[in-house]
Amino acid sequence: MKKDGKLYFEIDGKPCYAEEGQSIIDAATENGVFIPSLCHMEGVKPAGSCRICNVKVDGRNMTACTTPVEDGMIVENDIPELTELRKAIVETLFVSGNHHCPTCEKSGNCELQALAYRFQMLVPRFPYKFPEKGVNPRSDQIYHDRNRCILCKRCIRTVTKDGKHVFAYHGRGGEDLHVAIDEELASRLTDEEALEAMENCPVGAILKKERGFEVPIGERKYDHQPIGSEIEN
Amino acid sequence: MKGKISSIINKYNQDRGRLLDMLLDIQNEFSCIPHEAVGVLAEELDISEVNVEETVSFYHFFTREPAGKYAVYLNNSPVSFIYGRAEVAETFEKEVGVSFNEVTEDGLIGLWETADIGMNDQEPAAIINDTLFTELTRAKVKKIVRAMKEGKEIKEIAEDVAEAMYNRDGLRTMVKNNLHTKATVLFSEVELGKALKKAVGLSPEEIVEEIKDSNLRGRGGAGFPTGLKWDFCRRSKGERVFLICNADEGEPGTFKDRVIMTQLPEQLFESMAIAAHALEAQEGFVYLRYEYSYMKDYLEGVLQKMRDDNLLGKNILGKEGFDFDIRIQLGAGSYVCGAESALIESMEGKRGEPRNRPPFPVQRGYQDYPTVVNNVETLAKVAPIMIRGAEWFKSIGTKESAGTKLLSISGDCQEPGVYEMEWGMTIREMLEMVGAPDTQAVIVGGPSGVCIDPTHFGRSVAFEDLATGGSMILVGEQRDLLEEFILPFTNFFIEESCGSCTPCRDLTVILRDKLLKILNGNGSQKDIDELYEWGQMGKDANRCGLGQTSANPILTTIENFRNLYEERVQTDEDYVSTFDFEKAVADSCEAVGRVPNIPSH
Repeated sequence: MKKDGKLYFEIDGKPCYAEEGQSIIDAATENGVFIPSLCHMEGVKPAGSCRICNVKVDGRNMTACTTPVEDGMIVENDIPELTELRKAIVETLFVSGNHHCPTCEKSGNCELQALAYRFQMLVPRFPYKFPEKGVNPRSDQIYHDRNRCILCKRCIRTVTKDGKHVFAYHGRGGEDLHVAIDEELASRLTDEEALEAMENCPVGAILKKERGFEVPIGERKYDHQPIGSEIEN
Repeated sequence: MKGKISSIINKYNQDRGRLLDMLLDIQNEFSCIPHEAVGVLAEELDISEVNVEETVSFYHFFTREPAGKYAVYLNNSPVSFIYGRAEVAETFEKEVGVSFNEVTEDGLIGLWETADIGMNDQEPAAIINDTLFTELTRAKVKKIVRAMKEGKEIKEIAEDVAEAMYNRDGLRTMVKNNLHTKATVLFSEVELGKALKKAVGLSPEEIVEEIKDSNLRGRGGAGFPTGLKWDFCRRSKGERVFLICNADEGEPGTFKDRVIMTQLPEQLFESMAIAAHALEAQEGFVYLRYEYSYMKDYLEGVLQKMRDDNLLGKNILGKEGFDFDIRIQLGAGSYVCGAESALIESMEGKRGEPRNRPPFPVQRGYQDYPTVVNNVETLAKVAPIMIRGAEWFKSIGTKESAGTKLLSISGDCQEPGVYEMEWGMTIREMLEMVGAPDTQAVIVGGPSGVCIDPTHFGRSVAFEDLATGGSMILVGEQRDLLEEFILPFTNFFIEESCGSCTPCRDLTVILRDKLLKILNGNGSQKDIDELYEWGQMGKDANRCGLGQTSANPILTTIENFRNLYEERVQTDEDYVSTFDFEKAVADSCEAVGRVPNIPSH
């Protein structure tokens, strides 16, 4: 099955090739197949936490970001059952936070919003909770808005140059868990680091201070093409 | 304060991997994790403060404010209410003068709630500091509170209120064992050291083969073949290999490991030594749930005696190079840590979040070395199998389920307790055995298992039918199953979710709210259907056993007790939120002579 030292596998019948040890999601991207995800990010250890990249491998659900490709693997991705599940997960995120797109700095660049459009979500099937979440504006560089946080763990898997975590989970469970920010460390971030933290966040929970709405409507990331179209061929 | 904290950190060689132990010591010392301690820990371990806090905030028994010189943790499991938990709680509040989740002004007594502490057979029960109080009554609570106000030692108070104390090698507790043996594998009078002597004469491969032959399967609930797990671990070939005994028995309604550890700790540790020989592991751990910390000193004593007898330590039983020792790692209050990879994370001093698999712990476990995690009951069966052989073990039980199983039976019955029985017993036989004639439902395997109605009572307890880790919660006809069991169990899963996976974290809350809508009389038929449909989503989508089963209390009661839901929903047509469009416009269409033009779905 192997070809030029690469592993052969299929996604929805499409022949694909992967490096040894490569995750299904990264290999899919290289082969022009979009597997949606909100927690996956290059350069950090996969978390498998948002569960949107669930694919079927031999009929079993596996997260594409944490599962390495094996030679001859048969992967199902774009099938109604999974699309429905992914859409439902996006909907739970919408009702479990407070996502008011029109006033959000990240609107148009937000991956949650973009996935909702891609899945043609109109109104979530679940009732809105409108929970009280709070904001933390106390650090000099970062404005932290928990209302928009989807707890994807991207920020908490990144570290500063000296290996310190600025963000971490706090608490546990469905009603208590949130991301906490180390205000002191956050204040010491350089402009570049703060900007990177903002860009890593798939939603508008981490914003760099003194910067807002820089990209006009019409030029934002997902204004013209749905998320994933940059990958698909 | 800084000095004290520093000396605790130094006690564990400033090893970040021992953060859990440091926090346990700090909580013990200050009856909370003071803000200053977080700073000192962060500085000396060279991590950020939010990293310390992420661990602190994960565990139930770490508090940020002083929990009280006497910290009373009263169990709130559904079964405790059957035995009068409500009036016990009320008496505590009245006598102490504060409500739950509060501490008296002088800081003397704090009242706290805690989920199932493994005492369902002797409720109501509470943990006060490191001492267990069981079968509480109004009168006992009054006595306890009075003694606490007088400043008496907690152990002394226990002596005063107990009707009897269980005594064994330095363990003195009012916790009863309530053990009944209907079949004997575990409790078959195994002579100490005999099994290990035999094992030492065998090669590791021979031991693994024997265990494979015996068909021993994991007793924690998942039922994975033990010999196969050992085999996988042996094939991983690490520089170091670890063996962990999972004593984080947290499934509501289970308390069997409590009984094994108080009654047969030597057999358990000897079995671990045999497993270590088979795995060529040098280090072993018992991950003991915090709720069982009352037996820690006792278990340490047993370990020391076994070291003295050369059953543990260096060159065990004179076999050159056979070195193995066991350390007890205390947990700090988290259900999900019973999942093997979460347990490993916790052992490393982190939040107990289950890991992504692959890699499996047998490939990369504790400190990334090959690690076998086995349940207490699974391990304790290794010694008898060694002595009497795989064939003997297989002759007990059913074809697919070899040997015996310990059941923890509690709820509405005359004889709650731990029962060792052969696999294959039917639920009906079990109910007769414990005296439970009017049973409405049996929650098999605890909330993560299935809730069955009497039409299932002919089924048998075995891997091939009703597979279970052994929790059997009996619900009598007089109980409100949904309100008194299903709702609190769903809340339990919400609180115990580590929060990583979206569906487990958020969807379970949505399900609970929908259940409440129905329980409050505001639901419709459609709500029942949606509840069932939505509940299915987490089954395949979540990473670990908790997330995959957190909807089980709801799902299995909709399957087996749908009438209980239907009784509570509104059937009035006006109450149904969907409507038949065609019917709704029929009159107006007729009036204007048009045919309804409705796109089909």
